[in-house]
Amino acid sequence: MIRHVAKGFSRVAALAGVFGLASGAALAQGEVKSPTLDAVKKRGEVICGVDTGIPGYAYQDSAGKWQGLDVSLCRAVAAAIFGDPEKVKYIGTTSKVRFSVLQSGEIDFLVRDSELTLTRDSALGLVEITPNFYTGQTIMVRKSLNVAHAKELNGATICLLTGTTLETNIADFNRANNIKIGTLLFERPEEAFAAAEAGRCDGYTDDGGSVAAARSAMKKPDDWVFLPETLSRQPLGPHTRQGDDRWTDIVKWSHFAMLEAEELGITKANVDEIKKSSTDPQVRKFLGLEGDLGKGLGLTNDFAYNIVKAEGNYGEVYEATFGSKGLGLPRGLNNLYRNGGLMYPYSWY
Amino acid sequence: MVRRPSRRAKAAQWLLLAAVLAVAYVIISDAADNLARRNLRFGFGFLADRANFDIPFHLVSWVEADTYGRALLVSLLNTLLVSAMGIVTATLLGLVVGIMRLSVNWLMRNVALGFIEFVRNTPQLVQIIFWYFAVLQTLPPPRGSITIPGGFLLNIRGLYVPGAVMRPGSELLSLLAVTLLVATPFMWRLRLGEVLVGAKALVLPLLAIGLLAGGTERIEFPALKGFNIAGGTQIPPELVALWAGLSIYASAFIAEIVRSAIEAVPKGQHEAAHSMGLRRAPVLFLIVLPQAIRIMVPQLTSQYLNIIKSSTLGAAVAYPEIFQIFAGTVMQQANKEVETIIVVMAVFLTINLLASAFMNWYNERVALVER
Repeated sequence: MIRHVAKGFSRVAALAGVFGLASGAALAQGEVKSPTLDAVKKRGEVICGVDTGIPGYAYQDSAGKWQGLDVSLCRAVAAAIFGDPEKVKYIGTTSKVRFSVLQSGEIDFLVRDSELTLTRDSALGLVEITPNFYTGQTIMVRKSLNVAHAKELNGATICLLTGTTLETNIADFNRANNIKIGTLLFERPEEAFAAAEAGRCDGYTDDGGSVAAARSAMKKPDDWVFLPETLSRQPLGPHTRQGDDRWTDIVKWSHFAMLEAEELGITKANVDEIKKSSTDPQVRKFLGLEGDLGKGLGLTNDFAYNIVKAEGNYGEVYEATFGSKGLGLPRGLNNLYRNGGLMYPYSWY
Repeated sequence: MVRRPSRRAKAAQWLLLAAVLAVAYVIISDAADNLARRNLRFGFGFLADRANFDIPFHLVSWVEADTYGRALLVSLLNTLLVSAMGIVTATLLGLVVGIMRLSVNWLMRNVALGFIEFVRNTPQLVQIIFWYFAVLQTLPPPRGSITIPGGFLLNIRGLYVPGAVMRPGSELLSLLAVTLLVATPFMWRLRLGEVLVGAKALVLPLLAIGLLAGGTERIEFPALKGFNIAGGTQIPPELVALWAGLSIYASAFIAEIVRSAIEAVPKGQHEAAHSMGLRRAPVLFLIVLPQAIRIMVPQLTSQYLNIIKSSTLGAAVAYPEIFQIFAGTVMQQANKEVETIIVVMAVFLTINLLASAFMNWYNERVALVER
């Protein structure tokens, strides 16, 4: 069947080629070369590397449908390219293999609560696009321990996942404060949560969003408290391979489209109405009614409209995943800049 | 020239070798190209870099400031420890269950059969995780530790055993003591001239105990301090769960090996022994089992190798073995994917080749000598 689809596509491509010749001048103007975008279009779907399953970022609901903040970026990219957010194939990746899977070309891009770091940029040859979630390493402990600060955890054991920057941060924190917090490393969150729940460790650590997810997975979430310290900054965001700048742009601007929509007050519910009635030139350019913003990226001009229509703006996505309708995590740093947060989209014109 | 079959065979072998080398060359140069394209440099220099992470269970000393190379040693020893423990218990348990399988008692026979079928037909990873949570769910928190006479404490964080605090600089003494203990059984069998050393070899373990006692500064008893038990030696639940998971799974296979080997000993051997008036137990242990061992050894070897390889499943239950520490944490932190995997594969290859060399040597020793 896949072969049939591919054949169908090549036929469409051939037809498009004929028309393309006729309008060669128009093509030359919007010249776009992206091997990844070409491959995605030919394949008919985006292959998106996400977490194997953690509430908030990416998980499958009881109906087997992928949900989460990271998943919404996958859907946004698919909406931008195909106008259809369902054209995504999700690959659940563990923290250990995520970058190898991206480097080997098995996925088109990675959005898996992954920290943007210099070494990943230099040593791994990846593009650190832009944060889609600002957080910091947080420790959650049992209320009954009566601990108010991380420094009081001398001698305690903390459960966490292997293959991350978390262990090093704990080691640095130990060294800086001359204490000893022990760690117990698990391969998958399921076992780590269960071990923390059973009392094998005194607490659990990860980035703030993941710890909120861990707390929601506990039998009695109210028994657990967050310690006020953050052990590190953790700007989490999507990664692509170096060498395909145009593809990186598409992922980047799909994220910014959701931020810009929030900035302009466009939501999933009112986007159609605004498209019909708005006279604001900024809104009209954003939605593709005027100008050629999408073409420059190798997309259609209404790509931002498609994203908002499918996923809504960033604020809506946050509310549904981490916010009041999800894990109940205050928006904090992830607010728009004008509300005291760090989310500040680049300009569109 | 190529018409002679022997030459043709030789030519074919050379061709095959050339093909294999060509494929290997393509793979290696491709990997090198890919690494170069990603600006990754191949090399093992990272082993001397500071590791900066904690390993919760270690047989030799470990601090966060140690190197990746030391992390390799620490995790390798953890792998060897759990493999050795697994091999010993799997063999003993497998022997018992295998003999039970042949019991004349209906209940015993079928309990053994049920055990084997149940254990053999469920995934090993599931069993290990099951044992881990079975252990975790039953034990009390550190503040409610079960006290066992002799200064032992048992809680969800593990079994705490009183430990000896060694005088500084006594590592050499400990090493010497371990060497003496290992050498004892060999000395026992050694012949000096015509005389067997035998029980005189027991001087060596006595000497080892003396050395250890001399190196000990004081005995430290575990006690609750802050969040955890401090002092003494901790046997963590991760080790126990992995040990149980490895030995119980392998014991089911070993039980079947034992049963088939016993049944393969010619019936005449039992009958002859019975007719000489021997009872059931001596017949089994003096006549049948020694002959059955010959048949078991080659198959046991492959089970032992499986146990060693399966020890990597410990990563799922937070046991710091080589796969988790070296092919996990170190791989990520040093950004050395190819190198760490090569090291881990080389380590397992070496362990398993040594283990099978030993088993082959043992096999030759017990094999039937035809005269």
